[in-house]
Amino acid sequence: MNAAPAPLPAASTSGADLLLWVAVPYICLAVFVVGHVWRYRQDQFGWTSRTSQLLEHRWLRFGGPLFHSGAFMVIAGHVGGLAVPGSWTEAAGVSEHVYHTTAVWAGSVAGLAMVAGLGMLCARRLLTRSIRLATDRSDKLLFPLLAATVVLGIAATAAHNVFGPGYDYRSTVSVWFRGLFALRPRPEAVSGAPLLFRLHALSACLLFAAWPFTRLVHVWSAPVGYLVRPYLVYRRRSAAAGRGLPTSAGPGPGSR
Amino acid sequence: MPRDHVTVGRVMAQIAMVMNLDKCIGCHTCSVTCKQTWTNRTGVEYAWFNNVETKPGVGYPRRYEDQEQWKGGWALDRRGRLVLRSGGRVRRLLSLFSNPDLPAIEDYYEPVTYDYDNLVSAPAGDDMPVARPRSVLTGRPTAITWGANWEDGLGGAPENAGGDPNLSGAWAEKVRFEFEQTFLFHLPRLCEHCLNPACVSACPSGAMYKRVEDGIVLVDQDRCRGWRMCVTACPYKKVYVNHATGKAEKCTFCFPRVEAGQPTVCSETCVGRLRYLGLLLYDADRVGEAAATEDDQDLLDAQRGVFLDPRDPAVRAAARASGIPEDWLDAARRSPVYDLVARHKVALPLHPEYRTLPMVWYVPPLSPVLDAVDAAGGDQDDPDHVFAAVTRLRIPLEYLAELFTAGDTGVVAGVLMKLTALRSYMRGRALGEEGGEAALAAAGLTAREAEDLHRLLAVAKYADRYVVPAAHKEDAAALTATEDRCPVESPGGPGPREVMLGIPALRRDTPAGGRP
Repeated sequence: MNAAPAPLPAASTSGADLLLWVAVPYICLAVFVVGHVWRYRQDQFGWTSRTSQLLEHRWLRFGGPLFHSGAFMVIAGHVGGLAVPGSWTEAAGVSEHVYHTTAVWAGSVAGLAMVAGLGMLCARRLLTRSIRLATDRSDKLLFPLLAATVVLGIAATAAHNVFGPGYDYRSTVSVWFRGLFALRPRPEAVSGAPLLFRLHALSACLLFAAWPFTRLVHVWSAPVGYLVRPYLVYRRRSAAAGRGLPTSAGPGPGSR
Repeated sequence: MPRDHVTVGRVMAQIAMVMNLDKCIGCHTCSVTCKQTWTNRTGVEYAWFNNVETKPGVGYPRRYEDQEQWKGGWALDRRGRLVLRSGGRVRRLLSLFSNPDLPAIEDYYEPVTYDYDNLVSAPAGDDMPVARPRSVLTGRPTAITWGANWEDGLGGAPENAGGDPNLSGAWAEKVRFEFEQTFLFHLPRLCEHCLNPACVSACPSGAMYKRVEDGIVLVDQDRCRGWRMCVTACPYKKVYVNHATGKAEKCTFCFPRVEAGQPTVCSETCVGRLRYLGLLLYDADRVGEAAATEDDQDLLDAQRGVFLDPRDPAVRAAARASGIPEDWLDAARRSPVYDLVARHKVALPLHPEYRTLPMVWYVPPLSPVLDAVDAAGGDQDDPDHVFAAVTRLRIPLEYLAELFTAGDTGVVAGVLMKLTALRSYMRGRALGEEGGEAALAAAGLTAREAEDLHRLLAVAKYADRYVVPAAHKEDAAALTATEDRCPVESPGGPGPREVMLGIPALRRDTPAGGRP
């Protein structure tokens, strides 16, 4: 425990920066974690992807796979760009130039797929009356928030790295991001980033806070276990009743 | 069935159903009472856990029997292994984002409600006020253009019935073009509670399961994540997506009633008294092998081979070892389903070629053949005429074989001859005539068996039709979980509500508030 204490926020860090880049992210993370625990324990019945394919399948056929495959690539890219320090990739023999080129190209493809897919999903939700009526409050929060985050993200990339001179977010935004998890917040690292990056980071924080209260929870139920389980599932009546009513129809308070 | 040379494996009990199609008058009482009990809720207005179809007809959802299109059930791959027709596990996970083989609401029908309020609130005027149909999905006035049994009694059949996937052989051309000599019968359908359920096997989240105690296939609503693979995998299309909750729902075989020793609602309310409920014991270790039988037409015998004779002492010992209680063994011995399916062999499964080993079986209807005899100027009551008709009048026979025996007309003809011989023998006895035994023997029945069958099929007392053993006291604690409330309680019902973030606040602008 002799490590040098984290440099305290210099006098240059304003109160607003502390609020935006320390308080807000931590509050959102706390809501994210506690919200998930609460919802998982209280609302197994509502924990679903809420499929609407029955009502509309023409847009979904393209929009669904496009959005999800784009999202997988975008998430992988964010893990690579935010969590992995530049020094690590350098040490692995990936030069800054190679990283930057790959990131911009792959990121653009993934981002465009995600934007196009999300656009189709939003379009079907708005244009198909039966789906619009089945859209609940959590969707009305989720879709604009997700769309804002995605659009801000791709706009930042386009403005600064595709058409602009290039912005090295790995030395600013990423430093701030890792600082949050290392419990050594570095608000000053991000406060000077371009506006689009800052807005993207903030909307992402809000998205994480909203996550547990929306259909996004289905992400954690990705059924990878299906690949290895036996096809037929048998269950005893008594075992089933012990963990809540396994009826085929309708929600019940269960035995929780 | 003598089985002493075979070691009995893991014995399981299944509550199964047989329907005697000759008695079905297509009154839809089963469908209506089922709907009132289970699916009169928002999100499943379009779903009929039990429906009655007119055959020939396209069915509900449209052409569901066309597995080239809908990819339901199992198939054998090139190496003879049993695989889901909709593809392997990886393929299924890759289609989570958009399931290419899912029926759309148009394939079922658009559910409607009516402006009933207009009947009482319309201002005084010269015209009678009417209750116009309104879509439950959009809240807007709509035209009703399809339903769960649109071609009831062959109405509209010349237009639509040609789409029946069972009318695929060369013989089917005649069915399409000679409707003056047409035939029809009603086919009530519900979840088959299969021994080898494709829906359970396709569920990515493991929310669907077959109950060990009674074989009922259920969806755990708390574990369903709405991946909708079950709908595709079920070849009978008897799993439905609740479009309000985004979760799968299906026929429950009225398990709260069955656990209490009562028949299902569809059986209890059946006006024609054509349904039979009873236990079947089967060897769970041989299910996979039977479902992988190479020839489609051998599947019927393979499935019958999985069933165990409850009177066989070896079977009873194995059943006790598997934990099946004594009163259930007794019920299995009295099971009308075992008698119809395995002893007299007059009941047949619906589409055995789907390889799910379905557990709702049907006594095929004699009426199409009898109608044909009449049309040909023959005598319905003369077994010779009917026997001749059964073998000569190919069309109804081919059609029934498509439905019940994967196209093997011999098996269907055998059952129909048995039923004919039974009719003629019992009629002769009632009239004091002699000589029916010859026809009986020709159909492979003894006089004793004929009387048993007559008691089951014609007398059909309540206690003979439904032999449903109640669930066990040992499970009482588990069962009380369902006792104090309605299992289909909807949000906003009585009692403290749970958090229901996933449930949309339904704001359908229909006067009826969206209720069907």
